[in-house]
Amino acid sequence: MSATDDNTGGSPGARLLEVEDLHVEFRTRESTASVLNGVSYHVDAGETLAVLGESGSGKSVTAQAVMGILDTPPGFVTKGSIRYRGEELLTATEERRRGLRGENMAMIFQDALSALNPVYSVGFQIAEQFRFRRGMSRRDAMTKAAEMLDLVKIPNAKQRVKEFPHQFSGGMRQRAMIAMSLALDPDLLIADEPTTALDVTVQAQIMDLLDELRRERGMGLILITHDLGVVAEVADRIAVMYAGRVVEESDAESLYARPAHPYTEGLMASIPRLDQKGEQLASIKGLPPNLAAIPAGCPFHPRCHRAQQECREKLPELHELGAGRRSACHFAEELISSD
Amino acid sequence: MTEPILQVRDLVKHFPVQKGVVFKKTIGHVRAVDGVSFDLHRGETLGVVGESGCGKSTLAQVLMRLVQPTSGSALFEGTDMFGRKSAAELRRLRRDMQIVLQDPYTSLNPRKTVGDIVGEPFEIHPEVAPKGDRQRRVQELLDIVGLNPEHVRRYPHQFSGGQRQRIGIARALALKPKVIVCDEPVSALDVSIQAQVMNLLGELQSEFGLSYVFIAHDLGVVRHLSDRVAVMYLGKIVETGTEDEIYEHPQHPYTQALLSSVPVPDPSVRDRRETIRLSGDVPSPADPPSGCRFRTRCWKAQDICAEQPPELAVRLDGGEIDPSSEGHPSACHFAERHGHVIS
Repeated sequence: MSATDDNTGGSPGARLLEVEDLHVEFRTRESTASVLNGVSYHVDAGETLAVLGESGSGKSVTAQAVMGILDTPPGFVTKGSIRYRGEELLTATEERRRGLRGENMAMIFQDALSALNPVYSVGFQIAEQFRFRRGMSRRDAMTKAAEMLDLVKIPNAKQRVKEFPHQFSGGMRQRAMIAMSLALDPDLLIADEPTTALDVTVQAQIMDLLDELRRERGMGLILITHDLGVVAEVADRIAVMYAGRVVEESDAESLYARPAHPYTEGLMASIPRLDQKGEQLASIKGLPPNLAAIPAGCPFHPRCHRAQQECREKLPELHELGAGRRSACHFAEELISSD
Repeated sequence: MTEPILQVRDLVKHFPVQKGVVFKKTIGHVRAVDGVSFDLHRGETLGVVGESGCGKSTLAQVLMRLVQPTSGSALFEGTDMFGRKSAAELRRLRRDMQIVLQDPYTSLNPRKTVGDIVGEPFEIHPEVAPKGDRQRRVQELLDIVGLNPEHVRRYPHQFSGGQRQRIGIARALALKPKVIVCDEPVSALDVSIQAQVMNLLGELQSEFGLSYVFIAHDLGVVRHLSDRVAVMYLGKIVETGTEDEIYEHPQHPYTQALLSSVPVPDPSVRDRRETIRLSGDVPSPADPPSGCRFRTRCWKAQDICAEQPPELAVRLDGGEIDPSSEGHPSACHFAERHGHVIS
């Protein structure tokens, strides 16, 4: 850990990661889509922040902007700030950002099969980092790679290190991805839908592993997901995203006990529960907005059953509700105080 | 109870694994479905759950006769589905059974308009809707599934994922079938949209008296829609019963582990919940374990499990077979009632 700390130029006491008022546009020949419209969240060391949202809500794009792997074009950061331990990343040189990737922050992706290179052995791909960033010899790097596979509980790591991605099962590939991301001992890990492609029994194994590794290493973990169940099991804090904004931020318990945004409330009512059989699910009507033409006022108002005139005209700011909770709804106070 | 609309007995589908380019040699079989039996009653939903590779989608394809079964039989309203059939007989059968596929992005032809897609079944079955009446019928169907009937001339890419799945459902409904096989119909959709489509499937069932074979990997979704549930593992049904029996009183260790693995959307029970975690992955269906197929991942496994495949039968606590007792069938030598797995 100390090696990574030396590498960081940030000011002491600063947050591990802070994203503030981030705006990203995707420009195509036909139109410009406002994908992020002022995203703000933070993660502290040792904490799990879950970023919850449906497809198109901007949760992955935010992560890509943090990692500096946003495809430009079409994506452009137009406004905002991303600070890692107090250091501004958006104005940092590409060299500096490259130095931070892997060493200080790492990311794992949903589809491990397409994230791994099929023509190199799994061990080779992990060992690369030790060779080029740590100057190790091939042989030493391979030994370290086997240790990493062992760390993520791949049985028989010494033999499997020579195998290729197609010889691994889905769960093992995701483990290999985790091993790769942790190779240089980062203190921030972004997991973008790490278990979406996996079966439930394997999903449970991978989530347990991630949680254990976070605890052991004191990492900050950003877990991007659309699964309200997974979030409830591991998250300390939750940021709910809708149409490129954080609409609610809260600790996990309060959010599930009493959502402070009608969208969160709707999401909760939409999930078919395992422990009860209902007749009709309370679904959210309509569709998420087209990001090239986001409705005026609150972007959720056309789907919201509480919408008033005010919602159609005025964009609600993400405001404090006390006890670390924030919501972007004009009626948030009523929502959490009502029964 | 009345006679089941669909009776499936010992259904087997093995896919050959071949080697060689010019001279193909069969070197083994993938036992995708390996002896599946169930009944489907009128107006009922049978949920089929299982992880990837358990054979649930192959089961759907065999039921639709999109692939020929290796052996086994199925009776649809008393008539054999798999025997030699004339084209006319097969057409007639297919009218009564339709399928809704998982991926609404690849299961609709991008070059056809919605009207063509939903109206295509009428080309093959002109007796259902005479030519002049088709346009009206298609619009009616779109209206039933909650789409704007004026959008008949639009193409699939102009619709969202949830709307496309509605188009797929409209197509399946076109011939007024009796049974619809739904193969993971909501797994590609976002939660808020998923709920809309599930509600639609529920409404259509009560409106048209449909029977569903509902295949999914999401246990919450299956519980919500199903009357009875069959749990599959490596080509076999390991436990079957009413929705309540499976979810509240699971007997097979696999069912218990599966239910326990599903994350509960309630942070307040996080550390108080007793969880069962399986190790490892599902073995390859080309080379399934001997005896009980689940034994390689089972914490209860004994010598007998490797030697003797347990049959699907009503069992007492402890695993003894007792057809006279109350309960639902499970295929485990050590079946045991285990409450409170899910909360």
